[in-house]
Amino acid sequence: MDQGEVVRELASALDVLTKRGGGLPDVSSITEVVDGIMRTMDGDLAAGNLKLYAEVESLASYIAEARSEIAALRPEEIREQHVPTANDELDAIIDATEQATNGILEAAEKIEAVAAGLTPEAAEALTDAVTKIYESCNFQDITGQRITKVVNALKHIETKVDRLMAAFGASAPARTDKPLAQPAADEDADKALLNGPQLPQEATTQDDIDRLFAGLK
Amino acid sequence: MAVDMNMPILIVDDYKTMLRIIRNLLKQLGFDNVDEASDGSAALVKLREKNFALIISDWNMEPMTGLQLLKEVRADVKLKETPFIMVTAESKSENVVAARAAGVSNYIVKPFNAATLKLKLQGVLGNF
Repeated sequence: MDQGEVVRELASALDVLTKRGGGLPDVSSITEVVDGIMRTMDGDLAAGNLKLYAEVESLASYIAEARSEIAALRPEEIREQHVPTANDELDAIIDATEQATNGILEAAEKIEAVAAGLTPEAAEALTDAVTKIYESCNFQDITGQRITKVVNALKHIETKVDRLMAAFGASAPARTDKPLAQPAADEDADKALLNGPQLPQEATTQDDIDRLFAGLK
Repeated sequence: MAVDMNMPILIVDDYKTMLRIIRNLLKQLGFDNVDEASDGSAALVKLREKNFALIISDWNMEPMTGLQLLKEVRADVKLKETPFIMVTAESKSENVVAARAAGVSNYIVKPFNAATLKLKLQGVLGNF
């Protein structure tokens, strides 16, 4: 059997395994296939074939090693414990900041109501200070949106961990999540525009927006 | 022409605190007739029930975003002339371009201050 035949034979056997298992074949199946092919080549190994065999063997060991390392990371803990805990903590931050902001706003509204009974100078000073409080309370919305971005990043990591577990044959319980409905094409385009708040060093200022907006008229 | 300070204004945001902040800032500017909605769909219902002279809306909301609301408003014969100000943390140029293309009247990036809100309102309504 020449090198081309070995490669074709190997590809064909892996294809059968993939179709049978509905995903990537596990390491033991790959090893079995390689061993089987090598047995049919007894007495027929040229130097090139031996090199190919060594490469395939090295690849199989690499996969086995990667699998052990991933198992040692305990990906099920990441998915079942760390990610949900982080999500809960982040939700709690959103709730707490919302409650605190509402408390601050309520107090500011009461202070503003008092201003009506003061001298014009005092009322103006008080109202200016209250305006600053209102402006500063913008933080709650921005913080909430930033946290939502982090939660989405964690969900992305969770999905990747699931895929790794499935690919390397780790014990991953079947996901019960229903598949997400596929959005229409224009919905996709709209969703692509939802980036949330930018980091300060990357953010576009109101002046930049005004210049751009004016240029579009 | 003088700006009608009693004009009905609809503010749309999924954050209650943001609705409260905008309402309070509008009140300081002299606008008292303010109604609220928590997303685009709820806003559209209110817009079809009552005539509003101005819409101030966030972008990032579910199920209907501010951009979708803007497109619905501009596509509706009865609503299409209503001034629409987007107040959003979406500050990328592609967002401004998309909103402008959809017919937004002005664009405020969060976090914003009272002076910016007044300036953008004047840009749409005239001086007050």
